[in-house]
Parts: sequence; structure tokens; C-alpha cells
Amino acid sequence: MASVHAIPSLDEQYEFTAEAKRRLIIGGVVGVALVAIGSFLLASGVGEHAHEAVQGHGLSEGHEGAHGHYTWMTRFWANVWVNSVYFTGIAVAGMFFLSYNYLAQAGWSSVIKRIPEAMPAFLPVMGIIMLATFLIAGHDLFHWTHAELYVKGGEGYDPIIAGKKGFLNTPFFLGRMIFYFVSWYFLWRILRNYSLQEDLNGGTEYYYKSMKFGVVFLVIFAVTSSTAAWDLIMSIDTHWFSTMFGWYTLASWHVAGLATMTLVVVMLKEQGYLQAVNQSHLHDLGKFIFAFSIFWTYVWFAQFMLIYYANLPEETIYYRERFSGYGGIYLAPFFVNLFLNFVFPFLVLMTRDAKRTTVLLKVACWGVLVGHYFDFYTNIMPGTVGEHGGFGPIEFGMILIFACAFIWSVSTQLTKANLIAKNHPLLEEALHHDI
Amino acid sequence: MATPVNSKFLVGIFDDDDVVLKAVREVRESGVRIHEVYTPFPIHGLDVALGHPRSRLGIAAFMFGLTGCITALLLMSYTEKFDWPMVVGGKDSFSFPIYIPITFELTVLFTALGMVATFIISNNMGPTVKPLMFDLRTTDNKFAMAIDLEKNSLQETAIESILKQSGAAEVNVKQF
Repeated sequence: MASVHAIPSLDEQYEFTAEAKRRLIIGGVVGVALVAIGSFLLASGVGEHAHEAVQGHGLSEGHEGAHGHYTWMTRFWANVWVNSVYFTGIAVAGMFFLSYNYLAQAGWSSVIKRIPEAMPAFLPVMGIIMLATFLIAGHDLFHWTHAELYVKGGEGYDPIIAGKKGFLNTPFFLGRMIFYFVSWYFLWRILRNYSLQEDLNGGTEYYYKSMKFGVVFLVIFAVTSSTAAWDLIMSIDTHWFSTMFGWYTLASWHVAGLATMTLVVVMLKEQGYLQAVNQSHLHDLGKFIFAFSIFWTYVWFAQFMLIYYANLPEETIYYRERFSGYGGIYLAPFFVNLFLNFVFPFLVLMTRDAKRTTVLLKVACWGVLVGHYFDFYTNIMPGTVGEHGGFGPIEFGMILIFACAFIWSVSTQLTKANLIAKNHPLLEEALHHDI
Repeated sequence: MATPVNSKFLVGIFDDDDVVLKAVREVRESGVRIHEVYTPFPIHGLDVALGHPRSRLGIAAFMFGLTGCITALLLMSYTEKFDWPMVVGGKDSFSFPIYIPITFELTVLFTALGMVATFIISNNMGPTVKPLMFDLRTTDNKFAMAIDLEKNSLQETAIESILKQSGAAEVNVKQF
């Protein structure tokens, strides 16, 4: 089929319709209502009696979260944190994708470049929400923020956590968090500006400049993706640590970002946009999701396997909590996570035809997106809310609010530029992409 | 491709990859069956133009992988659980997670070796097999289109003129 495609027009302006806006607002309002209902139910103690029955079986000795101080607010903030981590990851994965495609001088992806480019605009929102959450509810979510842990000879003195004080202390933590969001966001702004100017002026100058800043981002992200994973997720289970955790979170963020990108491309195509995207581009995106789902599984398993084999109590407690701790409420999310992120995309996307069929591609993308929500859910919830966790209106509502806000942000960004980067120097290659 | 014995071939030699791709379409349209096209480098879309059915290599690879996977699991569970039960690191003698790395390795190993074997067999490259060489220059800068005369009803001269018309620089006869 080489060189027989008719090349369609490259001028496409995305329209963020009033109908779409209305739906997103309704979604957001429903989300707020669900969160309100869920909070009310939790505050008035409905459903709490169910937990009392199982508390005897809970592994309370390994639990180091905000045990005695649990209120329904903890679950609220834990939900905010899960969603913030998840959507921060998806947003920054857009920048990650752009950068390594510049570094690899990839041609095929230039035709869909505007989609990952639209995603990191959500980072400032996430940064502000996460900083606010940390300042308001840091003591509920992060055990290490309690001052009494560090008082030598005091009642609450914890030598292990006190030994980590050089890294885990509030000023340094806040500084790191601000650095992540500022560096990610501003490097994205630079690439975005070059990309928009390239649309107007053309030439290869912007391409080479973008490549340079893409490399700068990759170097920074190589370090900050790991440290962000330690800070935002791993430090919740303060005693426990895993050297695989940075990679593991990066893999999770990356594949969730790829699934989002693919979903947006397919949906835009179904609405009649992105005429220049052909089956070969979809095939490549499908391969990306397939490959990085397996990569995620590889890292997940590498972490699990070493802990399983070595059987050291201070390490196995992490999986013990998820397998049988807290009355076993995290067992289902644990296996849903493994199924949706490995078995499901592996089987659905294995054949060539599946990667070229939009229906199967969409099914796999949704599977991966739901799966990686549960990935962060199983990582964050046991250490924060423990036996009070669950899946109710507050969880659904919070996902809805964040998802609607994210879609709003991406749609707004898409309207700000032509849907295809029409002066990208490698665009010609992408238009004839044929595999 | 099975080795043809006592076959007479007409070999069109082309100078350019675009020309040979166009020629393949034209020759097939005029009702001539092409045995195979030999090129110094892969040409995009040539397999489609030749009308080759979808490659079954993927299925073969999957089968080899499955064989390796099952072999590894059977071997480990038999030796560790039934033949000589052993406790390693306080684990049950049948503990699935510790089998995964070896299962993965054998899956990859069987697939790799199986695909090398498939490659050698399907390309007639066994140690005793003499490969069909239609024109030595196809390893350098020429493109050869081989047409099996016994599988075509058209006359030799007619096919020759079709080849010439579609851009062949020369047309040779090759007998094996």
C-alpha cells in the first residue's frame, strides 16, 4: 500500500463545542455531588460497622499510617492524592513522549504531536492541588511529617524514620515538589512555544532547539521521575522502600499517558479530525501500549519477586498488607491491577489486526487507564486509610471531577493550535507512514 | 519456496526499486504469475504488490513460545514438586512466582531457536541445499523478477515482451 494514500488537508481546527463543555460541566457537578454524598455517609458513620467486624483480622502491627487519627477527611484527602498522582503522571507523560520523540528524531509521531503536547498544560493545576493537599492534610497522609517521631528518647521516637530525616523533612519535600512541577511545566512551555512558532514560520530551527530542550527535560525527568515516585507515593509507607519504585511508577505513568494519547487520537479521528492519521500510526500507538504494558509488568514483577524470594519481614509487610491485611479489602484491587495492566492488554493487543482496529484499541486503552488507577490506589490507600478504605461514591466522584478537569484542559489546549503541526520538518515522513 | 527441479525460468533484471514495484503490478495485471522477486534491500509494499498472503511467522513464533512456556512449567513443577520435593527459601515446593523468570527465559529461547530454524528452512538455507541464484547481481545493485515458465500458459516471447515493456533492462533465461 506504499505511497498510494491520498494526503488529506493538513489544516484542521479543533472545536471545543458547547455541547462538550456542557457534558464536562455536568460530569464535574455529578462528581462533586458524589463526593458530597460519600463524605456525608462517611462522616455520619454509615458503613463503618462493617469494618469493626474485620478489624481483628487486620495486620495492624505493620500499619504505620495515621492510625489513631483517622477521620473521614483522611479518606477524602487520600482520594485527592491518588487522583493527583495519576493525572500528574498522565500529563507529564505527554512531555516525556514529546521529548524522546525529538531525541530519537522520530518522524511518524509528528502527525499526532499536538495531542501529547496538549496534556502537560494540566500540570500547574495538579501542582497547586498537591501542594495544598500536603499543607492541609500532610499529617493525615504522611506518617513521617509527625514531629514526635524525631524526638530522641521521646515516646513516639522511631529510629528508622529519624534516620531518613535528611531526605524526608518538610522544607526539602516542599522544595522538591515545587521543583518538579516548575521544571516540568516550564520545559513544556518552551517546547510548546517553539512548536507554535514553527507553525507560523516553518524551517528547521525550532526543531533543533526543541530537540535540545527535550534532552534537558529527559535528563531532569530521569532523576525527578524517580524522586517524585519516592516522595509522592513511596514515602507514605515510610519504613518500607524498594529500589524498583521509581522505574515502576515511571512505567505506570508512561503507559497511562500513552493510553490517554491513543484514546484522544482515536476519538478525534472518529469525530472527523486527524484525517492524515492512518492505520499505521494507530498500529504504532498500539505497539507502544502493548510494549509498555509488558514493561510495567516486568518492573512490577521484578519488585514483587525479589521481596517474595528474600522474604525479609520489613519488606514483605508491604505485600502482606495488600494480600491479607485490613480484612483483605485490598486483595481485589491488587489483582484487578495485575489483570487490567498485563493480562488484558497483552491478550487484546497481541495481534496485528487488533492494533489496527479502533474498537479493540479503545477497549485496551480504557482497560489500561482503569488498571493504572487501581495501581496507584493499591499503592496509596493501604498506607493512608488502611482498613477504612473502600470503593464508594467518594472514589467515583473524585475520579469524575479530576477526569472532567483534565479533559477540559486538554480540549482547551487543542483549540489553541492547528491539530497537525503542519511545518514540522519530519511531517512528510509521517504522512507516508506505512508499516 | 520449494525447490523447483528441472524448471525453466525467465528472469527480468531491473535497475530501480520504483520501476520493479510498478512492474510487479503491471506484470501481474497482464496475467503472468511471478515466481519471486529478488532485491538487494527490502522494498516497502512489495509483498502486497506480489499478492503474497499474510505471513504466518507470527503464528509460528507464538507456537514456539507456547512450547517453551509449557516445557519450562512442566519441567520445574515435575522436578520440584513430584520427583524430588524440595523446600527452597521456606517456600512451598510448588511456588509459582519463582517459576516465572525461567518460564520467561525458555519461552524466549524456544521462540528464538525456532524462528532461526524456520528462517533456514523457509529460505532453503540448509547445509546441503544449493540455493537458487537467479542472478548474482541481486546481492549488489540489481532487482530480479523470476517467472516460472511451466506455471504460465503464455508463450516465452509474450512474457519477455511484457517484461521489457514494464521496464526490464534485460531478460535472461535460467534453467535449474
